[in-house]
Amino acid sequence: MAAVAHEAHGHHDSHGHHEAHGHHEESFVSKYIFTQDHKMIGKQFLLTAVFMGIVAMLLSILFRIQLAWPGESSDFLTFFLGETWAPGGILKEDMYLGLVTIHGTIMVFFLLTGGLSGTFSNLLIPLQIGARDMASGFMNMLSYWFFFISSIIMLVSLFIETGPAMAGWTIYPPLSALPQAIGGSGLGMTLWLVSMTLFVVSSLLGSLNYIVTILNLRTKGMSMTRMPLTIWAFFVTAILGVLSFPVLFSAVLLLMMDRLAGTSFYLSDIIVGGEMLANHGGSPILYQHLFWFLGHPEVYIVLLPALGLSSEIISTNSRKPIFGYRAMIGSILAIGFLSFIVWGHHMFVTGMNPFIGSVFVFTTLLIAIPSAVKVFNYITTLWRGSIVLTPAMMFAVGLVSTFITGGVTGIILADSALDISIHDTYFVVAHFHIVMGMSAVFGMFAGVYHWFPKMYGKMMNKRLGYVHFWITIFGAYGVFFPMHFVGLAGAPRRYYDYSVYNEFNSGTYDMMMDLNVIITVFAIIAALGQLVFLFNFFYSIFRGPVTVQNPWRSNTLEWTTPVEHVHGNWPGELPTVHRWPYDYSKPGAEEDFISQIVPLADGEIEH
Amino acid sequence: MMGSKLIALIVIVLGVVAIAQLVRLYELSSKLRKEGEHETNSRDNRLNARLMLVFMGFLFIGFIYLMLTFGWTGRGEAASIHGRQTDSLLNLNFVIIILVFFLTNALLFTFTYKYIRKPGVKAFYFPHDNKLEMIWTVVPAVVLAIIIILGLRSWNTITDDAVKESINIELFSKQFDWTARYSGDDNTLGKFDYKLTTDNNELALMTTNTIDTAIFQMENGVSGIKALEKKINDKKIILVPEEREKMIVDLERKSRLIRILYQMRGHHDSKIDKYAWDDIIQKDTLILCQNQEYEFNFRAKDVIHSAYFPHFRAQMNTVPGLTTRFKFTPDITTKDMRVKMNDSKFNYVLLCNKICGSAHYKMKMIVVVLNKSEYKTWMDNKKKSSTFKQIYFPVVAPAAPVAEVVADSTVVAAK
Repeated sequence: MAAVAHEAHGHHDSHGHHEAHGHHEESFVSKYIFTQDHKMIGKQFLLTAVFMGIVAMLLSILFRIQLAWPGESSDFLTFFLGETWAPGGILKEDMYLGLVTIHGTIMVFFLLTGGLSGTFSNLLIPLQIGARDMASGFMNMLSYWFFFISSIIMLVSLFIETGPAMAGWTIYPPLSALPQAIGGSGLGMTLWLVSMTLFVVSSLLGSLNYIVTILNLRTKGMSMTRMPLTIWAFFVTAILGVLSFPVLFSAVLLLMMDRLAGTSFYLSDIIVGGEMLANHGGSPILYQHLFWFLGHPEVYIVLLPALGLSSEIISTNSRKPIFGYRAMIGSILAIGFLSFIVWGHHMFVTGMNPFIGSVFVFTTLLIAIPSAVKVFNYITTLWRGSIVLTPAMMFAVGLVSTFITGGVTGIILADSALDISIHDTYFVVAHFHIVMGMSAVFGMFAGVYHWFPKMYGKMMNKRLGYVHFWITIFGAYGVFFPMHFVGLAGAPRRYYDYSVYNEFNSGTYDMMMDLNVIITVFAIIAALGQLVFLFNFFYSIFRGPVTVQNPWRSNTLEWTTPVEHVHGNWPGELPTVHRWPYDYSKPGAEEDFISQIVPLADGEIEH
Repeated sequence: MMGSKLIALIVIVLGVVAIAQLVRLYELSSKLRKEGEHETNSRDNRLNARLMLVFMGFLFIGFIYLMLTFGWTGRGEAASIHGRQTDSLLNLNFVIIILVFFLTNALLFTFTYKYIRKPGVKAFYFPHDNKLEMIWTVVPAVVLAIIIILGLRSWNTITDDAVKESINIELFSKQFDWTARYSGDDNTLGKFDYKLTTDNNELALMTTNTIDTAIFQMENGVSGIKALEKKINDKKIILVPEEREKMIVDLERKSRLIRILYQMRGHHDSKIDKYAWDDIIQKDTLILCQNQEYEFNFRAKDVIHSAYFPHFRAQMNTVPGLTTRFKFTPDITTKDMRVKMNDSKFNYVLLCNKICGSAHYKMKMIVVVLNKSEYKTWMDNKKKSSTFKQIYFPVVAPAAPVAEVVADSTVVAAK
């Protein structure tokens, strides 16, 4: 805390101190690699996450090819997987599970947690609350480098002889605990566990920093109720992370003990590979409780930042204040709180006491209320706006759509009686890919298009942005919408080949095969669409036109900083805040936006 | 193949170059028009707004098309009593969520279209309205309350204890198949303990004989304790260090297990043997009787599996070290369902629905529902040939003395 206090002190009062330090020449290493500057760290998170995202997307295309055309040889598979994992161009059964597992892990943790919260919390927290940097730049640097090492280990696990972890991204023991049960539960699982442990370290270092920064380093006038909703979202996200990631760590630690030290936390009465184990008394269900105690808040760790970013973007580009600012804060807090008492809805059919199941039905369905409030508030913000469809705005609108479409199917899954027959089917896969995957990815794209000028001082090409948006929303809905129907037909997830249906139900088999081809074709289209984004992103970093200071005519503080990044963000004194961030099209004002640093006019009432 | 890869690579490179050139061209033209990249001109704005409506059409029509083509009948009508209830509940919930889906998406996309920036029209400053916010907090809350009450009512009936007349069946899961065990005439499943697993007692049922056999095998079997001790202590055999290490660990484990087995024998009450002996063991196909309630107990040998009966709307995980349960009453025979589905080869199925290893997707068991008289005929036959006793003592007559039986089963094991 002493360090924090010192930093805060330094930032707020002794401005001269900063001038003296800020402008000396930095070496390449201290500027681009071991940097402690939050803007650069944000960019590091983004680039790493984009790379991981590409890998995870590629993995999904590989297994989608298998699902659409089972048993058919594919050069594409051989090219990426070689003869070891795709002999003769046909994917191996256990590698299929490996691909599914690593796809899920990377997408959930590395792209949507590291990429979304890591990138935008780092970039926006100091800039939007008027701070010179994070409370601890050093911890922030460590947070990125733990994330980096963790990513490397996860990638390495794809290339080892016994294959990567293959027990699904939730790595339920005993499957994940016993190398005899599946090849990937050997070294591959060990690497997975090590990687996730480092990820937890990274996440904790980052989250603690975000919380402290938001609480202590707000500039003069920036009260909690004048903070942009982005910051509220990052704040609650960080709290969720601090409270839930340690529980994942404990789950992982116990699993490591079971694997390496012969303990029986999760193992009991098992015979595997002809070997009778002596473990007795453990419970695999214990793992599931621990895992989902993180796993469910994790959904909101992924989702809240996306919702925060889109609140900001929708308000700015509707040229209207966000509707129901306080209700929005209330729903973020309510969602955050409720997310801790709903984890059991992942476990309705594990044999958990049915009464406890009922309690989880109740708490889970409660989450629908704050979520509905958010959706209606977004829609009302659009109502009678003066909408400017920038690529960021379009992705934000897309996010609201996917949040609705994926959210409503959650009502079915949260209802335990209905969950019985669709639990672990493609219906679930469709649900969480739309509500969590698509929404969060759309939020991330919206954020990148909107704050690219702040990150790189350049503009991205908007036409390519439009093309990217339309291909992505068309492709992604095309992938995940039909999956509901595959699931309702009773298709379990994580099946290597649905041809087995032909043995007992040819009608359903035909339907599944047809839909699987459609899904894969859309997946390939959506994946190719991302090339447009990648091109636009990297081209614009180097060749994009230079931005103006406030390209979207926005109110928040980050647009009062100069285009050129300076150490400490503001060259002179820190700005003072006089109003909330959503004074768009306020009656009586000349312009349709009033920056937060503009004092209230005589007789003007704050919102 | 090399050639096609090269061509693909060249096409990609040329594609990227082409896009780059187009982008440059576009940038030059916007420079001429003096329009910054941050400004959205009204032509782009209007075009995208219209596309929003087009996309809404795509979404809605796509949804309706999928509904009409596949409906939620992909797995057919529910074939169990509770399944019928949950299906109608599912339909009710679907009506609600589909309405919400259409309504809110329609509002979202039409507002985006309608309130696009127009010259001279300023946005309406509308920061909050308590009445509106109250409405969309209370209305969802009321709807959800209804959903919760109806859902929990079904949930309670489904998870309630089975009726007295129900038949007990155990489903035993392992990588990668299912075995069913019917409780026999006494409708009581025999006790089990995983340590009693031997070649002719795959389900590890507990009787005086099976305990003796398990002890005998663990001590005298091919890789039993005695054999291991002999190998480890034999100075003439040179072992690779890793192998020796492995054998020592194995020996330690078996010594622990044998101690527990001896305790088990000491505590065992031979009066319960009969519950196990009359159990009927059935592989490949699970045969059920129409309109008969079944209480299923689930076991797993190695990892977690999940017993998923899509057509009966039933599912329960099978967990090593834990017995789980689920009850349901099938009420449509396979024959009738084949007529309904218009598919003469249709069968009900039990699938594994929890990732359990490489052949997870193949782990299934066909389920056949017979009418009462067919079921009785089948069951009477089974009682003559497939009780645990008959399977356990394939050669020796049931009346054989215990000592002989043990000796015999070890001979079988030694083979």
